[in-house]
Amino acid sequence: MTPAGKYETTIGLEVHVQLATQSKIFCGCSTRFGSSPNSQACPVCLGFPGALPVMNKEALGFAIKVGVALGCEIAGRMKFDRKHYYYPDLPKNFQISQYDLPLAAEGSLELFGDGQRRVIRIKRVHLEEDAGKLIHAEKGDASLVDFNRSGMPLLEVVSEPDITSPEEAYEYLTEVKSILRYLDVSDCNMEEGSLRCDANISIRKTGAKSLGVKTELKNMNTFRGVKIALQYEIDRQKAVLEEGGKIIQETRLWNEAKARTFLMRTKEEAFDYRYFPEPDLVPFLIDRETVESIKASLPELPQKRYERFVENYKLQPALASIIVNERDLADFFEESAKGYPRNVQLIANWITGDIQGELNKRKLSMASLGLKPEAFADMLKLIDEGVITGKIAKGLLVDMIETGSMPRELVKSLGLSQITDKGALEAVMEKVIKNNPKPVEDYKNGKTNVITFLVGQVMRETKGKANPKIINEMLRERMGKL
Amino acid sequence: MAEGLYKLTACKIRDLIEKKEISVDDVVGALTERIQKTDKKLNALISLEKADLKSEVERVKQNKGGALYGVPVAIKDNICVDGRLTTCASNILEGFRPPYNATVIDKLREKGALICGRANMDEFAFGSSCETSCYGPTRNPWDTDMIPGGSSGGSASSVAADEAIAALGSDTGGSIRQPAALCGVVGMKPTYGRVSRYGLIAFASSLDQIGPITKDVSDCALLLNAISGYDPKDSTSVDIAVPDYTKSLKNDIKGMRIAIPKEYFVKGIDKEVKAAVLNGIKTLESLGAKCDEVSLPHTEYAVSTYYIIAPAEASSNLARFDGVQYGLRKKGKSLIDMYKDTRAKGFGSEAKRRVILGTYVLSSGYYDAYYLKALKVRTKLKEDFDKVFKDFACIVTPTSPTPAFKIGERIDDPLSMYLSDIFTIPANLTGIPGISIPCGFTKKNLPIGLQILAKPFNEETLIRTAYTFEENTDFHKRKPDI
Amino acid sequence: MKKKIDVEYIANLARIRLSKKEIDGFSGQLADIISFIEKLNKADTKETPPTTHPLPLKNVFRADTVKKSLTQEKVLQNAPEKRETSFKVPKIIEES
Repeated sequence: MTPAGKYETTIGLEVHVQLATQSKIFCGCSTRFGSSPNSQACPVCLGFPGALPVMNKEALGFAIKVGVALGCEIAGRMKFDRKHYYYPDLPKNFQISQYDLPLAAEGSLELFGDGQRRVIRIKRVHLEEDAGKLIHAEKGDASLVDFNRSGMPLLEVVSEPDITSPEEAYEYLTEVKSILRYLDVSDCNMEEGSLRCDANISIRKTGAKSLGVKTELKNMNTFRGVKIALQYEIDRQKAVLEEGGKIIQETRLWNEAKARTFLMRTKEEAFDYRYFPEPDLVPFLIDRETVESIKASLPELPQKRYERFVENYKLQPALASIIVNERDLADFFEESAKGYPRNVQLIANWITGDIQGELNKRKLSMASLGLKPEAFADMLKLIDEGVITGKIAKGLLVDMIETGSMPRELVKSLGLSQITDKGALEAVMEKVIKNNPKPVEDYKNGKTNVITFLVGQVMRETKGKANPKIINEMLRERMGKL
Repeated sequence: MAEGLYKLTACKIRDLIEKKEISVDDVVGALTERIQKTDKKLNALISLEKADLKSEVERVKQNKGGALYGVPVAIKDNICVDGRLTTCASNILEGFRPPYNATVIDKLREKGALICGRANMDEFAFGSSCETSCYGPTRNPWDTDMIPGGSSGGSASSVAADEAIAALGSDTGGSIRQPAALCGVVGMKPTYGRVSRYGLIAFASSLDQIGPITKDVSDCALLLNAISGYDPKDSTSVDIAVPDYTKSLKNDIKGMRIAIPKEYFVKGIDKEVKAAVLNGIKTLESLGAKCDEVSLPHTEYAVSTYYIIAPAEASSNLARFDGVQYGLRKKGKSLIDMYKDTRAKGFGSEAKRRVILGTYVLSSGYYDAYYLKALKVRTKLKEDFDKVFKDFACIVTPTSPTPAFKIGERIDDPLSMYLSDIFTIPANLTGIPGISIPCGFTKKNLPIGLQILAKPFNEETLIRTAYTFEENTDFHKRKPDI
Repeated sequence: MKKKIDVEYIANLARIRLSKKEIDGFSGQLADIISFIEKLNKADTKETPPTTHPLPLKNVFRADTVKKSLTQEKVLQNAPEKRETSFKVPKIIEES
């Protein structure tokens, strides 16, 4: 937890997102992930002398979408600049980025996760090209460079320092990711590097007027990693201050394996980027109509949807926020609700319970799971109709996912119908009574709660196809006669 | 017939081949012999392998025809040719064979031209004397103690000495026009954006332009036809129709209004140069042009402006030469040692000087004072020209303030070297086209050039004016005795 | 008045190792050039916008279509050092 009372924390995040265009930002090389090193490279993204960049129109369109969705002011005129630093994964030793005329600025993002609204202001959103990838060979004295990633379109979203805790940073990232996925402009897969995050963090005595000295944190590769790294850094800064030391403005690298941050460079060693306008690219003018038409074409965004889910479906805020977080989950919810409007809360429970469980187990997204909302809604109806038990439904859901079949067909072919025939149930019940003399004796001696155990035994014998309510009644009746 | 073929112009050679009076082999044979005889003295052509020439001839023979069919063209060493050594006359690009063609190479070959050699140049085109090449200096065929001008000194020297029928150069501050003037040939810098820069190893991206160096104005029109036009691979090339420039080969400038800027005839200009250019202006008047003195008041700032913008862009463009992907690598203990030693060893003095100057003017705290200020003065220079072109079809000036000077004379005095570009730089800063044509000789038999400037995309005016002058004078017919 | 330029610092930014002799030589020459360049301060540009491109071009795009990349062989044909299909460089130490 954030140091309570004594210190308060100030965090600003820089999120880099790879845009899901087909080709790179300034050349026609593919953006596919995971290809053999240097198989997706050309003179432009290799920065070979004489090669020239040409702007990918789709990348700009995607970026404007994000700017608009984050409530930013979209620049009427934007340009690219060169940012210089030497690193082997940066083929030209400058990155084409945006400096003083970014694509978008002054937006905001609302967090609503725990039902408490907080606004995080967005400072700027700009486009740039990604660098290649350095692989540090395990043995020997070499690093290897792969330029497949070089020139991938990147969008940098910079927040104002409005974030007050690692938990809130986590929430902010989740929300940014959610919005980008709603807009269908990025996979936001942190493991594949399509979403990356740097943080500026400082602490100060509660109530202090000026901000503390900040450090920059890099190399946080998972959402969870961001949370842990920020907490580590807060604790580190706190310890320094408590010992009477001073925080030094520096860049620190998070090492996930060692779970600590390491000094990368101090402010004195900071780069002099020598920005100047990129002469090989012309300026871009974005007119009002373009922005307005993009605005009009945006889908309903998570926050609006969350409000609607709470308002119209009367969902619990916590459930609603989990569901709207992923666009396809929320779509699934709404489609299912059309087929089964009777109890949408039940749908929400299933989605956040069993369905989410299946998604995690299979590492799949809702869209690729292959579960149709009509089928799911019909499954819920089968429970209501008394054809199957809730317990059977859990297994049936898995069968539906695996076979893609409709639930009624599966119930028939697998013989999953509830046993409602009393004769058949009586036989099972007799068997259970016979095999469990001790609990039966206990029941007779007034320990009536053992009935739950006996019901469970019947359920086991019938592989869950019996109706527990009926069995309960039958057992009580039968035992009363003993 | 093969005797003396090397003396012919491109137009003439193409016509003779078309009429089947001579063959491509005859031309190449005559030229090869000529190169063997004269280039030991000139060092104008570098790094052309025999096998390359053979394959060029084979390739051309497969072409059916074309406006440049069978015409051997020398290519400045900063224009990329797929698989051929392209080094910018720098040690740092030792052994570099680009895996792609510059657009102009594809265009020339389409028209049936063949590459007969790589032309020497100042390292990375940094210079006005062709002395800074890692291959050693090129000499002026009119007097081999003299520089040929630069940076396209090899291109101009080889054409003047009949070692190439025509050549391509590049012009960032006068690098085509000044050596053309000093070698007594025709050189044109087209409007910025007229010719694709794709595959031209950049010196200063917002100033560079490829152009032809030829024996006469007709050849200039022919080559310009071949290389001009929009290229989707160059964002700064302009998508407007290319006229047939040979249609401007008209001996008629009656009534044309020509401006003579007074700032180009003051301090520092050589007496003989001044007299020859004034004489040239008289010739133009006698042919029906109306010449009036005008003022381009910001001319005095052009060199300063240029020596901020050009080195700044160059320092950025040359950052990529670091030994990672291609060219020279000096092994170092660490990465930073590798960078520093590679660049220390790979760059010559002038390259280092310009990179350091450019890095300085872009470094933190200096951008506004230097770079931004230069961009503003650039606007002023543009306004000067716009004003004159409201009333005048073209502007006539000397190309260079002096004729060729002695090798070694200015090599240790960068500032005096920089001032040799004083009359050519404004066209690069403002993007307008310019041509240099022979207009006289000094008493020591050194050529003098006359520069004509026109509005953007008005190369037709340049060709017509230059052609008319050429048709009525004999300067272009004189050949150096080598 | 001539400006003192810290050539060593600038050369480090530009990743060029200079000898003592070079530093001394460049310092003098660059000071001359810089004082020449500062002539620009005389030009009145208070109301003047900067010109980054000689021509007023804007909005030049390409469509988002995938084109063939170079073969790995061509990408690496100039590599001073490589391992399999990657470029090889001296080991980079990021942590201290």
